[in-house]
Amino acid sequence: MRKYILSLCCIFCLSVFALAQHDGHNHDGHKHAKETQATDHQNHNHEGHDHSGHNHGSHEGHDHGSHAGHNHGTHSDGEGHATNACGHSGHHEFNPGETAFHHISDQNIYSIGPFSFPLPCFLYAPGHGWDVFSSGRFHADAHGNGEKAYNQYILCEGVARRVLDASFPTGEVDLGHHAVYTKQLPIEKGKTKEYAFVCYNGKEWQADTKSTADAGMFGGGITSFYDFSITKNVLSMIFVFLFLAWVFMSMAKSYKVRRGMAPKGITNFIEPIFIFIQDEAVKPFLGHKWQKYLPFLQSIFFFILGLNLFGQIPFFGGSNVTGNLSFTAVLALLAFLVTTFSGNKHYWEHTLWMPGVPAIVKILVLTPVEIMGLFIKPLTLMLRLFANITAGHIVIAIFVGLIFIFGQSGANPGAAYGTAIGSTILTLFMMSIELLVAFIQAFVFTILTASYIGAAVEEAH
Amino acid sequence: MNYILLADFSVIRPDFGLFFWTFVIFILFWLLMAKFAFKPIADALLERQSDIQDSLDEAKKAREDMANLKAENQELLRQAQEERVAILKEAKEAKEAIIAEAKNTAKTEASKIVASAKEQINNQKMAAVTDMKNQAGKMAIDIAEKMLKSELAGEAASEGFVQKLISEAKLN
Repeated sequence: MRKYILSLCCIFCLSVFALAQHDGHNHDGHKHAKETQATDHQNHNHEGHDHSGHNHGSHEGHDHGSHAGHNHGTHSDGEGHATNACGHSGHHEFNPGETAFHHISDQNIYSIGPFSFPLPCFLYAPGHGWDVFSSGRFHADAHGNGEKAYNQYILCEGVARRVLDASFPTGEVDLGHHAVYTKQLPIEKGKTKEYAFVCYNGKEWQADTKSTADAGMFGGGITSFYDFSITKNVLSMIFVFLFLAWVFMSMAKSYKVRRGMAPKGITNFIEPIFIFIQDEAVKPFLGHKWQKYLPFLQSIFFFILGLNLFGQIPFFGGSNVTGNLSFTAVLALLAFLVTTFSGNKHYWEHTLWMPGVPAIVKILVLTPVEIMGLFIKPLTLMLRLFANITAGHIVIAIFVGLIFIFGQSGANPGAAYGTAIGSTILTLFMMSIELLVAFIQAFVFTILTASYIGAAVEEAH
Repeated sequence: MNYILLADFSVIRPDFGLFFWTFVIFILFWLLMAKFAFKPIADALLERQSDIQDSLDEAKKAREDMANLKAENQELLRQAQEERVAILKEAKEAKEAIIAEAKNTAKTEASKIVASAKEQINNQKMAAVTDMKNQAGKMAIDIAEKMLKSELAGEAASEGFVQKLISEAKLN
């Protein structure tokens, strides 16, 4: 019974919180400096709200220049219009897709609710060298847009970017409110890409995003700078690392201290999970070599599980580490390396020159497929975890976004109140599913890695 | 759906910084945990597993030993009882044998004694007969002597004398 009352209270709190956010947007919507402008003059909307209560900007694109007369930083009435000196309006409509993507992205600030905590930035621009400073220098507003630039770096949507034009002043530059925004620019036949801009001295300066290793496949690529900062995700990893290290060290110690006695305390909670992974994922695939690979597989499992769960703590920033391809790529790469370097003669023989199969079949089909398989296996590991966690987070963000869609960003409070209750229930449901997914995906990653290593170390029979 | 495609889906882009830090932190986690947590924990679990198995085995063995001991005791008891019965039986037989033997011995002894007594009686009798014969002979000689003397002294007297001797002889 108590559980039901507790969940009802949670629903109520979430609803109230959502509505409070909603009202906030209604009355000071011009705070949102982010702007998107499509070349076809289509309106674009953006408004943020996530299950952790972190609120974000919303925006609407307008015909460039249509609000040119508005003063930059002017706080207007409840209509939520604000236009900066470069003619970008802060008027907003809600865009659930962008909001969701923004909320799951990695950032150079750690924001919890309306508070944002600065993080250390380690930025490297070829030709300019390293810049090491705190992201507090950006003076981020509630939406992660910096009101100051530092050494040609600006903060847009919580992410550090670098102004392209070398004539932009170095050192600390005061930009004022709503000077940083994004716009969609065309790249090739009908496609557009989001770019960050900063309005300074009445001029619009384009900014680069950090370099990414996707070679332009996902809209990234090598740009003018690299970001090796301790981002929100890195900080979350450090938290989880420290927490897990503390848990497991004290657990290991308790086995020494309480030798020959029954386990006690946190050991009782972790031990069944540890043994489950050991007996269900490691031993069945690795046979008598299980002890050699146990630390690696347990590390994978608990690190993923810890981060999955850490990202689901409500009102704690909701960092999305396991739903970031960079993270899953590292784990998949390590799984690939461990598998490859563990491969014995039997494994390579079966991969490269399968015995008992006609040579022509081997050359044309089997060997190419097996060699592709070597790389596809870790790639699927990488994508499965990434897609599962990201999808869960996006669904939650969209459920919360329903409030703003039905409430028409404040124009229809009644509908917003009604939807808040419904979407809170949906969100709670989704969160419980995500809790399940957190365990399942950590387990799946571990058991598949174990099976790949198991295939590599299997003896001929 | 257009806006979703246009939105900045940054999480799918492998980011050098996050890649680097994830690599460093995970490797650190892996190495530290392997050395200070997972290996000791796995060893401790194995040790405890074997401890528990040993204890169970020992308990089982002890129980089996107890059962064996009990069975042995019962077997011993049964044997002892059998032995007792056998001993009693033997003793009875021995008793009977001894009694029978004693009886036999007694019989033979008795018959020997009887035989020797008879022999003695016989001997005595023979001795007495011999003695009587001797005395009768002597007496006859005496009588004959005395008759001869009395014949010489009167007939009457001698007759009376003979009569007297005879009566005396009878008294003997």
